[in-house]
Amino acid sequence: MVSAYTDVLIFFLVGAGFVALNLTLGRLLRPHNPYPEKLTPYECGEVPVGEGQAPFNIRYYIFALLFVVFDVEVVFLFPWAVVLRELGMYALVLMVIFLFMLVDGLVYAWKKGVLRWV
Amino acid sequence: MSDWLWGLFQSWGWSESAFNVVMGVIKGLLVTTFLAVNALVLVLMERKVSGRIQRRPGPLRTGPRGLLQTFADAIKLLSKEDIVPSGADVAVFVLAPMVFFAAATALWIVIPFGPQTIVQDLNIGLIYISAVTGLSVLAILMAGWSSNNKWSLLGAMRSAAQLVSYEIPLVLSIVAIGMMAGSLRLSDIVAAQQGGITNWFIFPQILGFLVFFTAGLAEINRAPFDLPEAESELVAGYNTEYSGMRWAIFFLAEYANLVAFSALAATFFFGGPTGPIFPPIVWFLIKTYFFIFVAMWIRWTLPRIRVDHLMNLGWYVLIPLALINLGWTGLYVVLRG
Repeated sequence: MVSAYTDVLIFFLVGAGFVALNLTLGRLLRPHNPYPEKLTPYECGEVPVGEGQAPFNIRYYIFALLFVVFDVEVVFLFPWAVVLRELGMYALVLMVIFLFMLVDGLVYAWKKGVLRWV
Repeated sequence: MSDWLWGLFQSWGWSESAFNVVMGVIKGLLVTTFLAVNALVLVLMERKVSGRIQRRPGPLRTGPRGLLQTFADAIKLLSKEDIVPSGADVAVFVLAPMVFFAAATALWIVIPFGPQTIVQDLNIGLIYISAVTGLSVLAILMAGWSSNNKWSLLGAMRSAAQLVSYEIPLVLSIVAIGMMAGSLRLSDIVAAQQGGITNWFIFPQILGFLVFFTAGLAEINRAPFDLPEAESELVAGYNTEYSGMRWAIFFLAEYANLVAFSALAATFFFGGPTGPIFPPIVWFLIKTYFFIFVAMWIRWTLPRIRVDHLMNLGWYVLIPLALINLGWTGLYVVLRG
């Protein structure tokens, strides 16, 4: 069973190695002639204003938080999904109650307007 | 082939774990080659399909009927200067395409090419899929943050918001597949749909399929959900500062993800790589390329969606639909036994 997951590691390494190989091949072919103007970050041809890592809207964090809640919920759903057929109606009712509480939270966020983008 | 190699390794006195590692590397190289060849075909196919839809012939000049166009593109990209912008976080900048492509490769471990032809038939296949596809968010954030460019950062943040929002309906529709099959193993999911078209999951899961397909298109940044790379407003988003081969790696990984998504759609809802007359690998290619064609067709049919509409569609429409589908599937599974 452990060997099944060594393949996962190997695939990650092969994927990264493929990228490294391509970039090394390209190094033999491509020109290399950097100068400061060429290396400035692209800002439609203007001289860049301020830092590249500019501040961004707090709203992104709210979406990330909501995502975490639902993603953790899904972790509970997977084992339940596998054995649902054996456990029958009882397990289904329990999961509907569990999901109802989470959906309640989503509806609350919805009514509060935090899901509105603008 | 595998038995022959194992015999050879035994005669050299190598251990079984060393053999497994070598087999893993061979499989990895085969899959990366498959993905690279697919990308070559798909770039041309995309241009030909978009050309035909717009009533023009597409590329014609390079080689017979434009067949060598992609090779010319690849050579051009290889010979382009590689620019790392000043002020960039070089280590992260270099790692981002690697993470993106490595995740796209690793996803292929669980995708069935035939009923039993899978690299590793992991017993947590469905969880593995949702875990590995989540890695692309990380790669996009790495690329956007390390570029020291405002377009890249905004594109990456928008992309991350889009990916996490659409991951929820996507994973919920995958859970429903696990309920139908009673297993998270992809070979079991294929086996559960054997015995004729009526056993395909598409019929009880039509709602799940619509949610899966829509959310999947958003997950792989295909139009009409290609906001992260909206050329007209974000100047290509997270990969603004990438050039030459480094940029091509992102491109390649996106095509690898498109193929994986189409193969998964076929596996989950349309019986997987099985069918009459032809061998499984032919059915795998037929079904996969059908969904790739549909994705290209949608690209030239629907305009790009606005960013607030995108988030509304995800949270107000797809997640409730996915939950309804989950309840329906639960009833279906329990009542049919």
